Amino acid sequence: MSSSAAVSPPSATGAKPTFFSRLKGGDQVAYLITLLFASIVLLIAVLIVYVLWQESSLARHKFGFGFFTSQAWDHNEENYGALPFIYGTLLTSFLALLFAVPLGVGAAIFLAELAPPKISNALTFMVELLAAVPSVIYGLLAIFTLVPLMRDYVEPALKSTLGFTPLFTGPAYGVGYLAAGAVLAIMTFPFIISVSREALLDVPREQREAALALGATRWEATWQAVVPFAKLGIMGSIFLGLARALGETMAVTMVIGNVPKISASLLSSGYTIASVIANEFAEASSDIFRESLIFLALVLFLLTIVINGAARLLIIATTRKGSS
Amino acid sequence: MKRQTVVGLALVAGLFGTLALAETHIVAAGATFPYPIYSKWFSEFKSEKGVEINYQSVGSGGGISQLTQGTVDFGASDRPVTDAEIAKMKSKPVIFATVLGGIVPTYNVTGITKDMKFTGEALADIFLGTITKWNDPALKALNPGVNLPNADIVVVHRSDGSGTSFVFTDYLSKVSPQWKSKVGANQSPNFPIGLAQKGNEGVAGLVKQTPGSIGYVELNYAVQNKMAYGEMKNAAGNFLKADLASVSAAGATAKTLPASITNAPGANSYPISSFTYLLIPSKIDDAAKRAAIKDFLSWMLVKGQTYNEGLDYAKLPASIVASEQKLIAEIH
Amino acid sequence: MSRLAWRNFVNEVMLSLTAVCTLLTVSTLILILGYLIWNGGKSLNWAFFTQLPKGPGEVGGGMANAIVGTAKLVGLASAIGIPIGFIAGIYLSEFGGVTFPFIIRYVADLLNGVPSIVVGIFAYAIVVLPLKHFSAWAGSVALAVMLIPVVVRNTEQFLQGVPQSLREGALSLGASKWRTIVTVVVPASISGILTGIILGVARIAGETAPLIFTSFGNQFWSSGFNEPTSSLPVMIYNYAISPYDDWHRQAWAAGLVLLALVLVSNILARGILGRGTAANRA
Repeated sequence: MSSSAAVSPPSATGAKPTFFSRLKGGDQVAYLITLLFASIVLLIAVLIVYVLWQESSLARHKFGFGFFTSQAWDHNEENYGALPFIYGTLLTSFLALLFAVPLGVGAAIFLAELAPPKISNALTFMVELLAAVPSVIYGLLAIFTLVPLMRDYVEPALKSTLGFTPLFTGPAYGVGYLAAGAVLAIMTFPFIISVSREALLDVPREQREAALALGATRWEATWQAVVPFAKLGIMGSIFLGLARALGETMAVTMVIGNVPKISASLLSSGYTIASVIANEFAEASSDIFRESLIFLALVLFLLTIVINGAARLLIIATTRKGSS
Repeated sequence: MKRQTVVGLALVAGLFGTLALAETHIVAAGATFPYPIYSKWFSEFKSEKGVEINYQSVGSGGGISQLTQGTVDFGASDRPVTDAEIAKMKSKPVIFATVLGGIVPTYNVTGITKDMKFTGEALADIFLGTITKWNDPALKALNPGVNLPNADIVVVHRSDGSGTSFVFTDYLSKVSPQWKSKVGANQSPNFPIGLAQKGNEGVAGLVKQTPGSIGYVELNYAVQNKMAYGEMKNAAGNFLKADLASVSAAGATAKTLPASITNAPGANSYPISSFTYLLIPSKIDDAAKRAAIKDFLSWMLVKGQTYNEGLDYAKLPASIVASEQKLIAEIH
Repeated sequence: MSRLAWRNFVNEVMLSLTAVCTLLTVSTLILILGYLIWNGGKSLNWAFFTQLPKGPGEVGGGMANAIVGTAKLVGLASAIGIPIGFIAGIYLSEFGGVTFPFIIRYVADLLNGVPSIVVGIFAYAIVVLPLKHFSAWAGSVALAVMLIPVVVRNTEQFLQGVPQSLREGALSLGASKWRTIVTVVVPASISGILTGIILGVARIAGETAPLIFTSFGNQFWSSGFNEPTSSLPVMIYNYAISPYDDWHRQAWAAGLVLLALVLVSNILARGILGRGTAANRA
């Protein structure tokens, strides 16, 4: 991919050089222009990190690493801590994966291995379309369908059966960690199904056929020969889903209850980093309040970078392995 | 090439030319407490005078914050601005009371036909989490004959910095010593329990959808949505519902503004009433905006007040209208 | 039970389970969409598209300004983001050595994963605060930042897919590299590039979080790009958490409009891609 300088042929008729003919020899110019635009991409990323870092300096200096372990969120004492939000973010994402991974990978296996190609393609097309549905629409649906469902059926059922564990105590509000986890799971299905299915389809036929030739049942061939081969890609899809779930704002903030406290019970209300920023940023008048929110944004940013990085590595590793 | 240039220039001109429209556009943000009446005012003002005032209800905290940052032309708040906050603003704000409203305890309990009665202490206990069930003896004593169910009380409060929260907790601090020591009065109280949502709208929405819940909202929100709200016991010992008469009675006790009129004396004063205020910068550089805002303020004090009662807000007392009309001159 | 019978039993059970998983996931998603289309369809009326919103508690009104606002925000964001992303993608695919493109690729993937609320804070800090007002510019900058990484990676991917022989053919005929890219490489991959752009634009059209404190909101028409602007996603959010039934109705209608926009773009994009690759093969 070397930038070779091309020789521009002299104009045959000796006519005055137009704008275009002058550029014909301008590969250097083209190189510089494209380089400039590519640098803009880098500049944006650097600026984002800079802004987040600078605008959270007050909070970072005041709270330091204690920010991560403090449960305070007191505007009057001007004492802020990140723990309830980190807890809520991680818990809701974990719940989302808990529902989405078994169901999603199971569906991906079905679509890749068992379904006739026409049905598989049609269903996958539909599922992929759903990945494009905006978050606020999931939130709108969740408020009027999922929350009443949780409050009137699911949570009371959980309370009566599993209420002896600390996980299912407290009133059934409908809104809370469980509702947020459920809506995130629904939003994560399309990613896991789509990417896992691709990974499974990438597995060479020989793997499957070899297992079947050795007398394996279809399930055994799938589970023991195909899936391990696609393991990295599937894990990559899980990480991608996780990264999305961590940063989800609107759907979560509409159903989580917005309470900056840590609770063991899944039925209680909580808060996530993205939700608290969405709810409180516009009103943050004191500097320490605003900078604490930006500190939280920085934490979330770093978290999603790490997870996204891991996902990309896994997916790269799969494609390398698949092509070997 | 020439045609393309012309089309390109026309597009750019069209895009930016719209900036040069003669209309004055003003941006304001703040309290959700008076949002229904402000919304009415600004749309009427636009039809009459052609000036657009774009008001976003983001809560009193948001109004003060955005005014401090200078991203809005004026703010709105139900709570007074502190000296520390004024120090951070570019110019000291001139404070105009606009309407009187009441904060009501709205609840969603099935099977209740009569309005519930609450005392300040009972309300404080509910929001503290000391009273946890609807059929608690304290509530039953206040409401004989009302079929209170054996259900958990779901408390709903504000998630954002709210003037409504300030007034509500100001009232609770006056009537309940436990509340005063545990939580106190401020715009972002550390509510010990409960769900939260953004704005008066959010609290009303959540209460409306959550059976067994109770929240505090401005009167209009409960009325417009046909939500049940209770009677409060006032300082004189009478139980009354918030309405124009009781809220006005509380407002009449104010001498100078800003003032807290919660738990006001008087047989007919509704105990959780409040004025709400516009925070207008005393120095506005843009001449057109300054003229438009001053015009709006004089309009608000006379014509605007005629719309209040239709939306369950009480009119400003005449003495306050008079003093504010003089106050407009302080904006320069 | 013999070992074989057990294995067959497990086989039947597990395969049925995967079918159940598919049923559960796909039907949940279809039910959701169906519910939205049902509620939204009931709620749409002519007023929705032509009138301005009314105040809280008042029945009627529409979201004409929000529809135009979303169009403006997405339009401006595309005008900013597509050229940057497209040309950066050309750099990654056609020019550049090893290290710098690697950095740009990594950074683009990073940007892709930034939560939208964080992008909103960024746009607030660099546009709203210096200008001292909310504006469509700020909202569009936030949306553009989310669009750029999608366009960059997508453009690069499809340009890379063009066979080297096409480039060499053009170069051997005396065309400069620049000319080759513009007249040969890009047209050969245009369907894939367009697909990515359409999908990216559809995605940013539905974003809410970055707009809450950048383009803010407006109950009137906003003129130009220098004023706070209403948008469909923000209206849906505000109306959905409110108590007013009529606002709920309008939120469903807006949800349907937004969904239709997103789905139509996606189907269109895939159609283009499908036809494009078929043409390439022909």
